[in-house]
Amino acid sequence: MLTACVNGTDHPLPSDPRRTLLDWLRDDLALPGTKKGCDHGQCGACTVIVDGRRMNSCLSLAQLHHGDSIETIESIGSADKLSVLQKAFVTHDGFQCGYCTPGQICSAKALMQELSDGWASAVSDDITVTPAITKEELRERMSGNLCRCGAYSNIIAALEEVLADHPLHEGASA
Amino acid sequence: MKAFTLDHADSSASAITAMAAGARTIAGGTNLVDLMKLQVEVPDKLVSIRSIGLNDITQDDDGLLIGALVSNADCAADTRVRQSWPLLAKAILAGASPQLRNRATTGGNLCQRTRCGYFYDTTQACNKREPGRGCAAREGFNRIHAVLGTSEACIATYPGDMAVAMLALDAVVLVDGPGGAREIPIARFHRQPGDDPSRDNVLEDGELITAVRLPAPTGGVQVYRKVRDRASYAFALVSVAADVTMVQGRIARCALAFGSLGTVPWRDAAVEDLLVGETPSPALYTRAAEVLLKDARGFGANDFKIPLTARALAATLHEATKG
Ligand SMILES: Cc1cc2nc3c(=O)[nH]c(=O)nc-3n(C[C@H](O)[C@H](O)[C@H](O)COP(=O)(O)OP(=O)(O)OC[C@H]3O[C@@H](n4cnc5c(N)ncnc54)[C@H](O)[C@@H]3O)c2cc1C
Ligand code: SF4
Ligand code: FES
Ligand code: FES
Repeated sequence: MLTACVNGTDHPLPSDPRRTLLDWLRDDLALPGTKKGCDHGQCGACTVIVDGRRMNSCLSLAQLHHGDSIETIESIGSADKLSVLQKAFVTHDGFQCGYCTPGQICSAKALMQELSDGWASAVSDDITVTPAITKEELRERMSGNLCRCGAYSNIIAALEEVLADHPLHEGASA
Repeated sequence: MKAFTLDHADSSASAITAMAAGARTIAGGTNLVDLMKLQVEVPDKLVSIRSIGLNDITQDDDGLLIGALVSNADCAADTRVRQSWPLLAKAILAGASPQLRNRATTGGNLCQRTRCGYFYDTTQACNKREPGRGCAAREGFNRIHAVLGTSEACIATYPGDMAVAMLALDAVVLVDGPGGAREIPIARFHRQPGDDPSRDNVLEDGELITAVRLPAPTGGVQVYRKVRDRASYAFALVSVAADVTMVQGRIARCALAFGSLGTVPWRDAAVEDLLVGETPSPALYTRAAEVLLKDARGFGANDFKIPLTARALAATLHEATKG
């Protein structure tokens, strides 16, 4: 049987190969925190973390995730127990309607890991070294998450606060 | 999506067997699933190659071997790639988004299909999707379309970034299939449309990309310049990949490849020949652009790509030669 682990619990994968990872999470596992924006890889609302990496769940078939460990917004925090990143989004008004926010938070969490792994980006001056973390770097690295409400500058402010308060290896578990 | 079956291959051999029996490979799925949702692609059978291995990068005296299943993100993050073939890392990082690069693979990226809007819209005439139906782009919205290598049948670009860098780096695509393994220089991998735009590349039925080999690094200055409508998360209008070696103020060696300019990643030996031995100057860049673009032809909305390419080439050469 094909199975994947979602937020710490193993689940059988759907029998219909057409089911996307996104529809499986939302409709079959009743985890509606992950959002469907465009359904075509163009907005980032459906971002989840698969084996530590952020991905667009709308463009992946659920059956391709046999053996994977998937983390959704539901495991990152709850209304009475917000994660560090979520608190920073609240402090900085990092959202308005909130539709893009689960994707933004998942993306930001995985981004912290990419930063601590020393990954470069398209705006890094010298890609042979671990880049310094600047506003420009954060904007580029969050560019896979669109926000129709335009909360971008506040989202970056939230990330800057988390990075300032938590050295990178801790930020990754923020 | 139309109904299909999905099998999971556990080796290249089993993937090839399934492909020879008519199954389509799926790797990351970031291009194929998108097109299947729109019923632009309607395969009956899919074979997943996610568990066949081929996800390592190895280095030897001949260069670097990048497995077909290495994700775009892992390739760009690889220390050897960043140190010795930075052009490849830069081109990958200029494409798509972090989320997509985590999922997308080396083989899938090479085989990604065009972003022509009429190809994506099944109500429109498109020879690539439905041979013989005509090409709505010629007289339509063709701002993103090609100005080199076009045919009566199709004017669509190969839209990607990674392959453009690989072309400038003289990469070789390694494939395996029912007829055995073979190596295809990347310059011959993508196909100009001619009268059969339905085939984007020279892979035969049942052939699987197993790896891409990069020859030993040249040690030149490597620049990737991508011009697009927004600063990130957008396909190129035009891109230039350059690998230039300067000796005593003159261009000693230069490799230049262009993305979203032609129907395939574009390289022109005459441009490189003209530049070698010369001292960089704006006048030289203009002459190079004239050679590159002498047969360029726009279709209205994409005419701007011709002067844009000349300027992008000049800016790239300036950056690569300024020392
Ligand atoms: C919103 C969006 C923006 C994007 N922006 C960019 C961009 O700016 N620049 C850019 O370069 N790309 C961009 N992309 C495209 C992205 O890079 C491709 O979708 C990705 O590289 C495809 O890889 P994959 O592994 O997901 O391929 P899949 O979707 O799994 O497969 C694509 C094709 O390749 C075939 N295939 C896969 N692996 C093999 C193999 N080993 N051998 C033979 N055939 C194979 C499949 O059969 C299929 O036909 C964007 C995509 C999206 C959705
Ligand atoms: S340019 Fe090519 S892909 Fe676009 S409509 Fe014409 S035939 Fe189809
Ligand atoms: S819903 Fe997946 S990227 Fe928009
Ligand atoms: S908060 Fe409304 S889309 Fe981002």
